[in-house]
Amino acid sequence: MSSGLTHRPQPIWTNAVLAATLFAVDMTGMGGVNLRARCGPVRDTWLEFLRELLPDICPLRRVPHHIGDGRLLGGLDLAATLRSGSPVAERGLLVQANGGAVVLTGAERASVSLAARIGMALDTQEVCVQRDGVCSRNPTRIGVVLLDEGIDDEKPPAALLDRVAFHLDLDGVHLGEIGGRDFDAETIAAARHRLAHVDITEEVMRALCETSAALGIASVRAPLLAVRTARAAAALAGRSNVTRADAAIAAALVLAPRATIIPQAEAPQDKAETPEPSDERHRDSDSDAQSHDHPLTDVVVEAARAAIPEGLLAHLQSAQARLPRANAGRAGALMASNRRGRPAGIRRGEPRSGARLNVVETLRAAAPWQVLRRNTLRGAKQRRIEIRRADFRITKLEQRSETISIFVVDASGSSALHRLAEAKGAVEQLLADCYIRRDHVALVAFRGSGADIILPPTRSLARAKRSLSGLPGGGGTPLAIAIDAAATLAVTTRRKGQSPVLVLLTDGQANIARDGTPGRDKAAADALDAARAVRAAGIAALVVDISPQPHASAERLAREMGSRYLPLPHADAKSLSRAVQVASAESV
Amino acid sequence: MPLAYPFSAIVGQDEMKLALLIAAVDPSVGGVLIFGDRGSGKSTAVRALASLLPKISVVAQCRFSCDPQDKAALCGECRSRLGQGPLKVRQSEVAVVDLPLGATEDRVVGALDLERALSDGVKAFEPGLLAQAHRGFLYIDEVNLLEDYLVDLLLDAAASGENVVEREGLSLRHPARFVLVGTGNPEEGELRPQLLDRFGLSVEVHTPRDLSDRIEVVRRRDAFERNPTDFVAKWKKEDGRLRRRIVTARAALEAVDVPDAALKKAAQLCITLGTDGLRGELTLMRAARAVASLDSAKRVTDAHLRKVAAPALRHRLRRNPLDDAGSTVRIERAVTELFGA
Repeated sequence: MSSGLTHRPQPIWTNAVLAATLFAVDMTGMGGVNLRARCGPVRDTWLEFLRELLPDICPLRRVPHHIGDGRLLGGLDLAATLRSGSPVAERGLLVQANGGAVVLTGAERASVSLAARIGMALDTQEVCVQRDGVCSRNPTRIGVVLLDEGIDDEKPPAALLDRVAFHLDLDGVHLGEIGGRDFDAETIAAARHRLAHVDITEEVMRALCETSAALGIASVRAPLLAVRTARAAAALAGRSNVTRADAAIAAALVLAPRATIIPQAEAPQDKAETPEPSDERHRDSDSDAQSHDHPLTDVVVEAARAAIPEGLLAHLQSAQARLPRANAGRAGALMASNRRGRPAGIRRGEPRSGARLNVVETLRAAAPWQVLRRNTLRGAKQRRIEIRRADFRITKLEQRSETISIFVVDASGSSALHRLAEAKGAVEQLLADCYIRRDHVALVAFRGSGADIILPPTRSLARAKRSLSGLPGGGGTPLAIAIDAAATLAVTTRRKGQSPVLVLLTDGQANIARDGTPGRDKAAADALDAARAVRAAGIAALVVDISPQPHASAERLAREMGSRYLPLPHADAKSLSRAVQVASAESV
Repeated sequence: MPLAYPFSAIVGQDEMKLALLIAAVDPSVGGVLIFGDRGSGKSTAVRALASLLPKISVVAQCRFSCDPQDKAALCGECRSRLGQGPLKVRQSEVAVVDLPLGATEDRVVGALDLERALSDGVKAFEPGLLAQAHRGFLYIDEVNLLEDYLVDLLLDAAASGENVVEREGLSLRHPARFVLVGTGNPEEGELRPQLLDRFGLSVEVHTPRDLSDRIEVVRRRDAFERNPTDFVAKWKKEDGRLRRRIVTARAALEAVDVPDAALKKAAQLCITLGTDGLRGELTLMRAARAVASLDSAKRVTDAHLRKVAAPALRHRLRRNPLDDAGSTVRIERAVTELFGA
């Protein structure tokens, strides 16, 4: 599958173009593409390729990540309804894209609710609308392109990533390294016709399943997507049966980016080239490590291994060595729940001072009187719908500000050894209480030379527990960095309309300064400085001194932070939990 | 409507399949909650159930699908029809109604018919999803993402068996007895604990770990996608057998004997586990009876109780909410203690 251009394009780019081509062959089968790249010419070129590969009639619709249900799914078309005097339904973006694809911009910030709606459309290939008096079911055969501009651990919702076949990362590709494409729209149209007649052998299917198991991929959707990809690859090559080469392409494009385990190989990692499927290679690489009886599986595993980006390997290794990162979901649930302000009913009233007119309810209120009003208006200028002030209805929203407890846990050497276990117990207890109150929690841990948000704001206890149990201790105490990180997080959550409470569990003895250098004096000064910033930002906080002998430095820190100070030399989980509850009740 | 994947072609996931069958045999079990991993076939199973259910007889002109046999539960319209002579009866599919995310309250409970109100000025009631789901199933995919107030509303209707509408000058009530089925992924947020125990059965699903199972899943799914018609035809016999089993089990349900010993065991199990309230015992007993009926047994035995203990009680334990695997393990321990290994 090499490109026939004068300069050699980057292998990543070649793969990305191949993925776009296969996606164009079978859009609904592949589900879609996650395109991780910054906004720029490389991404634009890829999108343009896709556009050219699709038939002209195929719609390609952009969906912003903050889209409302009305536009996404459809509902009542208010303008048309008012004009015609009878309800007119409006089709949502997903339905409008039927037969084509939607491009989700800002996918890394998409909420889980949006992901669920799109995921459902992908699964059922239809959109079912039950909104504002509109009840419809429309075919929605679409693919989805996720434009992922995330950095570090930011990712689109897992519900979507699981459903799209290709996970491409074009972040390292420069404009000079990209090439052209090998296929044109006609070839693809031919492949699309051939697709239904491509056979796949039992052996290939088994090989793809075994490969996905060898790579530690849990979801069953992955091998299924790989099977469809292999079939599309065969159709593209003009064959009517899937060969090893097709299976290798599927493994490289679909399975490799999902790997959580790197299968063992005797040969060192020297594969930076394209996953050029070579049938000879499988013999010389070891087959004992996998103990597969099927030589094909070895070929496919090898192809996948060759395609695993080097960065992924390093990431996996460091992830195992360091903290387990919670990678499923994200802050999405948070945004959704914030928007979820519970409608506490509809009432008569005028749309003033921010109250939103509920047009559907207003129409409903006006509806029974239409005949009567028209009759009394006889002679005067007739309008389609006669609406009076008394008909106005507004939605009453009951906004309960959500509390979010941000735990900042000192996991450094000074407190870790004897206190970390107790601190963990206390946090678990608090989490349990937060769970009952439906609060969100976030967890920042600091040790060594930095602070990590090991748990972004979430309600999921399973995740909280997981990230907490894997928290190691030891190292320096970068208190200032930790307070800064927590304060930033607090300000962000407050911008979303939540009430953050910082709970700092530490002995207050900083020894790493803001710039990462060791030294007690500088570190202490920086920590106090960070504490003052918290007070200036007006963030509610609680300092829990977890050292065996209460220490003046922690108390000083609390004072500068304008927060309560709680020496808990014998902190048991129960009393700590109670203290935090009191603090958050006072602050909110 | 595209063809649904056949129920009997679902690989493994025995607990989930059993729970759905129990609900099909005895709707009074009170709803099924299915939580688990992505891509483990939760929605597939629920959608497959629809084509498995035997037809029911309904009052011909009734928009709420009233049961002509059950005179006490007729809606107001059918009651007035009753005065004009015998009710006309027709056979109808059991409704499996989707409640999609983003649904608004007016479509769920029903509201003033906007079309007729605007054009004719008539105050007419347009039934909502609760009316459509009467005597059938109401299915919510991603139930944990549905607004809490809607879930509340649904559970209230499911518990009381009727839908009370008081809006826009409309004031009416109609029967709404349905089985609520919810699926979701716990990673995306959990269900409020108060809502949890109002579901009758709760099932945990996991993606198959066994390689041969996984291959089988992929193979069948692929075959289905390539040629849905052939695939469904191939499994038609198996599905038909299952359908007959449901019909037989429904008919025999009343006759299944629940001996005192079984009741005692159920009570003991609930006491050992410390479940709150009587709902656990009641569900346990009903589910065990449905399983016995599905097995064509005359009476409920320990084996039946064992089979349903986990789905009936798992979500009712006073649990440490951080302990994610805990409930199932605790139930297994208690069951082994009570019934022997």
